[in-house]
Amino acid sequence: MSMAAPGISSGLAEIVGSANVIVDPAQLAAYRIGPCVPKAAVRPGTNREVAEIVRLSAAEKFALVPVGARTKLRLNVPPRRYDLALDMTRLDRIVAYDPDDLTLSVEPGIQLQKLADVLAKHGQFIPLAVPFLGNATVGGTIASGVDSPLRQFFGTARDYTLGMEFVTGDGQIVKSGGRVVKNVSGFDLHKLMIGSLGSLGVLTKINFRTFPAPRELRGFVAYFDSAQSAVEFRQNVAKSPLKPLALEMLSSRGAELLSSDRAEQIEPGQLRAYALASRRWAILVSYTGTEEVLKRYEHGLRQMAGTTDSVSLGKGAAAVALGRLREFIPIALESSPATVIVKASVFPARMGEILGEAESIAAESGARWAAIAHGVGAIYFALLPEARDEENGARAARAVANLRDACIRRGGNFSVAWCPAEWRGLFPKLQMGSTELQLMRKLKSVFDPSGVFASNPFAGDE
Amino acid sequence: MDSRLLHDLKKLLGAEGVLHRTEDLLLYEYDGSVEVARPDCVVFPRNTADVVEIVKLANRHRVPLVGRGAGTGLSGGALAREGGIITSFARMNRILEVDAENQRARVQPGVVNADLSLAVAHLGLHFAPDPSSQKACTIGGNVSENSGGPHTLAYGVTTNHVLALEAVLPGGEVVHLGSPVVDSPGYDLLGVFVGSEGTFGLATEITVRLTRLPEAVKTLLAIYDSIDDATETVAEITARGITPAACEMMDGWTIRAVEDYAHAGFPLDAAAILLIEVDGLSEVVEAEAEAVADVCKQHHARSVRVARDAAERDLLWKGRKNAFGAAGRISPSYYTQDGVIPRTKLPATLRRVGEIGRKYNLAIGNVFHAGDGNLHPIILFDERNQQQFQDAVRAADEIIECCIEFGGSITGEHGVGMEKDRLMPLLFSEADLDLMKRVRGVFNPDGLLNPGKILPNSKGCGEIYVRPQRPAAAPSA
Repeated sequence: MSMAAPGISSGLAEIVGSANVIVDPAQLAAYRIGPCVPKAAVRPGTNREVAEIVRLSAAEKFALVPVGARTKLRLNVPPRRYDLALDMTRLDRIVAYDPDDLTLSVEPGIQLQKLADVLAKHGQFIPLAVPFLGNATVGGTIASGVDSPLRQFFGTARDYTLGMEFVTGDGQIVKSGGRVVKNVSGFDLHKLMIGSLGSLGVLTKINFRTFPAPRELRGFVAYFDSAQSAVEFRQNVAKSPLKPLALEMLSSRGAELLSSDRAEQIEPGQLRAYALASRRWAILVSYTGTEEVLKRYEHGLRQMAGTTDSVSLGKGAAAVALGRLREFIPIALESSPATVIVKASVFPARMGEILGEAESIAAESGARWAAIAHGVGAIYFALLPEARDEENGARAARAVANLRDACIRRGGNFSVAWCPAEWRGLFPKLQMGSTELQLMRKLKSVFDPSGVFASNPFAGDE
Repeated sequence: MDSRLLHDLKKLLGAEGVLHRTEDLLLYEYDGSVEVARPDCVVFPRNTADVVEIVKLANRHRVPLVGRGAGTGLSGGALAREGGIITSFARMNRILEVDAENQRARVQPGVVNADLSLAVAHLGLHFAPDPSSQKACTIGGNVSENSGGPHTLAYGVTTNHVLALEAVLPGGEVVHLGSPVVDSPGYDLLGVFVGSEGTFGLATEITVRLTRLPEAVKTLLAIYDSIDDATETVAEITARGITPAACEMMDGWTIRAVEDYAHAGFPLDAAAILLIEVDGLSEVVEAEAEAVADVCKQHHARSVRVARDAAERDLLWKGRKNAFGAAGRISPSYYTQDGVIPRTKLPATLRRVGEIGRKYNLAIGNVFHAGDGNLHPIILFDERNQQQFQDAVRAADEIIECCIEFGGSITGEHGVGMEKDRLMPLLFSEADLDLMKRVRGVFNPDGLLNPGKILPNSKGCGEIYVRPQRPAAAPSA
């Protein structure tokens, strides 16, 4: 790129005013993605400004990345080029909220926590109990496709996102879906935006279905000697009439990680010493209901756990435990200079086998490790090497290759979600059929004909 | 139709796998809507390989291709609007695999919705989407239309229960979208495919999520002397944070039509009834049923009755699910709309529907998924009276315009098809529709698959669309 920063900034300043254009290198450092620092950052205040910036960027061939609170910029592959950060945090309004209809429309820059406070006043919530909750914006959460322990009961964002407005790569403001809970008008284009990392469009409005907030959160933790026996307990819960809000597995070393000082800084609160701090596998079941229902859960879970050690968590402890598990990714990222987090999606009944094998693979690699799994079959496995050097990189690469085999052999999906940028090339590509990949590339060129959006979810496959 | 193409199709599928005589094709010019369009032939593949060959033949001869399940659709999705080949999945109706441990099933598209639930009931599982036509409609059709049903209020619509698809694209490529495990890498192709009304590809294998049957179920019948009281009850239930498994409403006119036929025990003099179901743990069901009954009484329900047993519950549901069929018994034709509104706008919308009926002097019955604001006004008309037919279409359009005015949508679960494509510009801008068209082009570049559906061909909006001169007789959906 030969373009100088002043060239970028004057055009942008015309659109948003110079106060909303950042070119100071010290400030721009905060927008770094891996090795790339943008030449400018711009803070639009309306969807029209977003559209103008995208059009300008397309014309001037700036490579653009939309960002929110910048908590997940390390996710996936860094962009090849990155000229301009499109900082969406000024678009942070609640456009419409109809508590009686259980529907909500927000701009993407609003912080999840701030939104949660507004919804709580009406006894409602959105089940996005996602990592980085304290800072994350709604837009970044949706665009990154991170999941939540609450998916056990509520599903993922695709299950409760009703519609969206977004700006495509040619600067068009486009919408799909609507703001009613049931709607089959037109194609569900907004589903494509979830998890697309801002590679198809810039979200400018997101419509959600809201839910009555759980009133009395409780928890139940049971401890197991092996991943396999933990999964057997999970299977028994799945076969019972109980419908918990969350069912989370935690590896034997995970407890150590989640009760560390660092973990407490990230997600504060008194975690009762015995709640998660065990050297064995643990399952946390979170549930809610009336007094009678809570009793039924506690009794039912205790019965299913049998002679296994277990402990019931009251309101406060249940929330803290779930919060810590929710923040597994940020805690793991800060617990090693070279954290590698892989995601394995597997058949829930086979989680035990895979986690058992993963345990030995990790032990072989010599690195510290920890894992959590959402009971629906989404495993996050973190390798926590001592150093960010070549030797550790090579060991991590061997472990990841073996983990991938263990997962794929059993019909799962596998991806390296988080790793040091310079280690990316060491890890295997996504496994995806060529026709499917071709469809995705064609969609990318339909949404973003000139390639103005720099994020590329398939970078590993190109 | 080209005799060469017919010859090739027969060679591929056998003579019994191809219908082309006019008297055979007559059955396939209808679905559950008032639309009519006759295909040139109907073919019956036995497997994915057959479908691939059919697609290739259609391509070679540049003939449109339309997928079809049971033909119970309500927007003309499975009709050959521009002629061509209808691919019926009637012979691809096997349940390929039930994985109870992981609560999944892999099925062919022609499996009937209710048959899957029956087949897994002994495992304590079911397939949650339950369209009223579930005894006939197929899972392939459910995927195409992203079908709903009364219980989608709590359980979600089809897209929430489909994990993976094998599909044949109009170019003949076989693709696998989504995966039987949660979360697939890359863009959510599965999410955009489900509900694309057969315009993206032909699904040949479907992996669905199976849901555990609830421990306890209670079905309440609340009877009202005023429609407003009933609709206000619905708003209040939602506001109290109760999510019933289903919350259905029928107005007095519909009650009388249904009762005469189904003998479900609905009172003939009521202005409206609510059919509310709560399910889950027995403790939850007890408490919620009590709370619901309380809200009903506060809003002047004349009586609230709880079904005593499964037989009585089934009878109540039979009454509800056969409402359209009952309309067919008392009127030569009817036209059903599917608009959605925010739930709080129910009372105002129903008043408006009443006004529209009076304006055109048409009887309009109301039966709908009240809990999620999905209306199904049933407009009665006589197909022999062209004026009345045109009035029925105008009345339906006005109801849809009212839904949009209240912040709703033109269709909640029936699909756009060839019935509401002209209404799409009321909801979507030119840019929105253009992007949808280009996305369709990624899957279906030549437009050979299910042409003339969903996206309007002209840019005009709201002009009167001249329907076929002979509307369909009322089907028994």
